[in-house]
Parts: sequence; C-alpha cells; structure tokens
Amino acid sequence: MNDPQRFEYVVRLGDNALVLGQRLGEWIGNGPELEEEMAMGNFALDYIGQARLFLSYAAELEGAGRDEDQLAFLRDQIDFRNVLLLEQPNGDFGQTIARQFFFESYYVLFLEALTASSDKRLAEVAARGLKESAYHLRHATQWMVRLGDGTEESHQRIQQSVDELWRFTGEMFSGDEIDRWAVDNGVGPDPATLRPAWDTRVNEVLQTATLTRPDNDWMHTGGKQGRHTEHLGYLLTEMQFLQRAYPGAAW
Amino acid sequence: MYTQGLDQQGDSLKSVDEATRLAAFQKRIDAEDKIEPRDWMPEAYRKTLIRQISQHAHSEIVGMLPEGNWITRAPSLRRKAILLAKVQDEAGHGLYLYSACETLGISRDELIDQLLTGKAKYSSIFNYPTLTWADIGAIGWLVDGAAIMNQIPLCRCSYGPYARAMVRVCKEESFHQRQGFEIMLALSRGNDEQKRMAQDALNRWWWPSLMMFGPSDKDSKHSAQSMAWKIKRFTNDELRQKFVDVTVPQAHFLGLEIPDADCQWNDDTGHWDFGEIDWTEFKEVLAGNGPCNRERLQARQDAHDNGAWVREAARAYAEKQARRNAA
Repeated sequence: MNDPQRFEYVVRLGDNALVLGQRLGEWIGNGPELEEEMAMGNFALDYIGQARLFLSYAAELEGAGRDEDQLAFLRDQIDFRNVLLLEQPNGDFGQTIARQFFFESYYVLFLEALTASSDKRLAEVAARGLKESAYHLRHATQWMVRLGDGTEESHQRIQQSVDELWRFTGEMFSGDEIDRWAVDNGVGPDPATLRPAWDTRVNEVLQTATLTRPDNDWMHTGGKQGRHTEHLGYLLTEMQFLQRAYPGAAW
Repeated sequence: MYTQGLDQQGDSLKSVDEATRLAAFQKRIDAEDKIEPRDWMPEAYRKTLIRQISQHAHSEIVGMLPEGNWITRAPSLRRKAILLAKVQDEAGHGLYLYSACETLGISRDELIDQLLTGKAKYSSIFNYPTLTWADIGAIGWLVDGAAIMNQIPLCRCSYGPYARAMVRVCKEESFHQRQGFEIMLALSRGNDEQKRMAQDALNRWWWPSLMMFGPSDKDSKHSAQSMAWKIKRFTNDELRQKFVDVTVPQAHFLGLEIPDADCQWNDDTGHWDFGEIDWTEFKEVLAGNGPCNRERLQARQDAHDNGAWVREAARAYAEKQARRNAA
C-alpha cells in the first residue's frame, strides 16, 4: 500500500458512518412516533451511504483486492476504527438523541473543514455529508430542547443520557499521528481545533434545554486505534452474520 | 401493501330513507366521478373506506416489522441501503394512508388505538416470520407482487384521496417488487445453500401470498357492494389467478419449484391451475393464531408504550412554548 496513513484515515471515517448507521437502523419498528421511525431510518440510510463511499475508497487505496463489503463484514473489532461514542447502545429515545446531538455537533464542524481537503474524493463526500448532517443536527437539537424542557420525566431521562455519554465525547477531539499526518498534508483538520466551537454549541443547547453540562472531564479513548468497548463485538456479530456464515457467497 | 380481502366485516347498508341521495351518489360513481371528502356519501361507504384504508395503513406499519427484522443483518451494504429505503417507503405509505383515512372523519390516534387493541385488522401475511435472508427476497417478490395486483385497480378507486395516495404507493411498490426478485435471482444463481434458502422461502410464502387475495368469491360477503361502489374493481379470485399467471413463470425462471402438485398450465383455460388453498390456516391466522400475531402486535404496543414519555414531552414543550409566546 502506497499511502497507509490515508487508508487509515478513510477507514476511520467509514467506520464511524457504518457503526452509527447500523445503530440507527435498529430503531426501525421501535420509534415513539411513525415520523421519528422514518427520521431514524433516513439518517441510517444517509450513514450507510457515506460508509459505502468511504469504505470503497479505502479499499481502492489499499489495493489489496478487497471491496466495501469485505471491509465492512470481514474485519473483526480490532480493525474497526470508529470512535467509542457511536458504538454505544441506542438506549431509550433520549439516549439516541444525546448521542446524535454530541456527534452531529462535532461532525458538521469536521465535515465543513473536510470540504476544503486536498483529497478531492474526501472533499466531495464531505460536501454531500454536510447537507445531511446539518439536518440531523437540527433534528437532534430540537429533541434535546423538547426533552430537556418537556416533562419532569423527560428532563431526568435526557440528563441521565447526557451524563452517561459525556465520557465518550472527548475522543472526537483527541488527535494522534494519523490526524497529524492529515493536517500536514492538508487532508483534514486538527480535531482539537474543532473543540471550542463544539463547546459553544453544546453549552448553548444544554442551557436552552435546561440541562446541566457534566463536570467530569475524564474521557475514554481508544476506538480510533481499535480498542473498543464491549458493545462493538455484538454489533458486528449481528451485522456480519451472513458473510461469516456463508463465506464467499454473492448476495 | 395489502387491501383485497380486508373488506370482510361491517355494517350492511341501512340508509333506506336516503334513497334519492343514494341514487344520485350511485350515478356519480357509475359516471366514474371521484368522491371527495366534503361530498355527501352513504355512511356504509364511509365506514367501508375507513376500514379498508386503515387496514391498509396498519398493514404498511406492521409490515415494517418482518423486514426491519433483517436490516441489521443484511448481507451487503448495498442490500442494507435498499432495505432501509424500502422500509422507509412503507412508513411513508402508512402516513399517506392514515392521512387519506383522516379525510373521512377519524383521527390517526383513534386508528392506532384500534390497531393496538386488536379492533382493526392488518394483513395476515405479516403474521408469518422472516427466518432467513431469502424471506426478504420472497416478501418483495411475492408479497409486494400480490400487493401490486391488488393496488393498481385502487388507483381508480371512487374515493379521490385513496385513489391519489395509491398512485404514489404503486410506483414505489413496483420498485420493491423488482428488488425482491433481484434478491431471489442472486440466491438462485448462488451456491447450494443459497438455493436451498430461496426454495425454502418460496415454500413458506407461496400459500400465504395466495391467501392475500382474500376468501374465494363464493365466500366473500362484501365484494358485490364494494364492486358497485367502485372501491373494488376485480374479484378476489380474478386477482389471485392473475397473480398466479404472472408468478409461476417467474419461479421457473429462478429455477424454483412452486410448492403445489396441482400447479400446471391449462391449455383450455389459458391459465395456470393451482390447488385448493388451506382455508383453515387462513381463518386461524385471521383469528390470531398465526406464527407471529402476538409478536407483531406486542412489538407495536411496546414501541407505543416506550415512546409515551417522548410524546408527552413533545406535548408539554409545545404547550410551554405556546404560553411563552402568548405572554
């Protein structure tokens, strides 16, 4: 492989999209309203679409004859590179909304920066993803406020989800040598530089939603390097079942 | 997704004192005029439509469950994306149909309540399980295929909002049907295990698909009235035969066997013959004894219950906002 860092960088993006798309797809049949079930299905579809673009690009970069499906269905978790936040279980509707809100608040900033990438393929995917994520973020923000400032029960539930997921938010901003490579080559932003704008947005929305920002700043990391939480293994077991059970079959 | 054979129960026509209005109404129907929400209509026509459209809407929503069952396990990213899009279309069909039904003077909340309390029916086909990936192909190919047979005539239904909703629904359904057939094609051109999966799915879905057209004409109580009102354009048996005639050659193309020893071409009639449907099974599934009746209703009930706090929060927030804006 000529460009191992680029491959690694693109796989991270692809795995974020794939794992989040897989989680959101679990909402079909379980939504609190038909409209919300459709919204979750729509977001899942956006992310599976992005995952395909990123992973097929990664497969080309690798040049080892693998395709998007082999990357998605035939890697074990040690080779998955998504951030830990996205593999966390859906929980109740509020927990999914909190996960969406934290991630999309970061992702719109990230994609905005990525549209200026020196890598034209990535810039194109970013431009498309940005439109989708702007909508996802609007949806998540509205629900953060409705749930936070709704009933006593909804306030408690969403606050609990915010507290629960907070410890996974720091990883989105923690860079490593791959991120440094991306900055040096004009491929992508230094994640730490996205933090202030994220903080501002998150603080504003939490305040409007009458929610409290957790003060525990200990952050879990490792997903980007392939060290995951226990949840990912089950997600992959379910997702990869057919490809694993019938090796080499075409579907 | 499904309509024929749902018009089974209900009140018979009572409004004899409205003979003149009825005659005028029937004249409009006969002239192929579309009936619109504000127009006068006989109470029985309204009730029949509420029953049929709501059962159709509920079928779309319950129908999301057996397919949703495989979204997380779809075998490729492309198949996952297609299945997600399909299930989303079904939610969309459910929404249009609930809206069409609301034009007849009933609310979506009441309709959902009728579904959850078991007062309203949905298509029995969704009380069968999706056990392998091939079932996703079989549903698209057979169930959506049967649905299209039922629904194309409904695009000309006498009730305007229903007819218009069906035009859009039919376009999407024919896409679903092609996707389902494509899944079956991939399996039937695949390895032995995949072929076995495809045949097994056809074995399990064939007869229930034929049952989707409802009881045979001699036992279909309300067909005649629905035909006169142009809610229905063809009888159950006519549509069933049409489905068999289209589908048998497709099964042969796939290299699959129709699970019916009596299924053979009849030169005299110019149709495919087929064996007697097991009407006991049909009645049992309708009565709640299908393999998944309990699971399907429980799944919708759970979603409804688990979402109650979310809907309450949205209402409470909207009220607070209204008060703030008024102040």
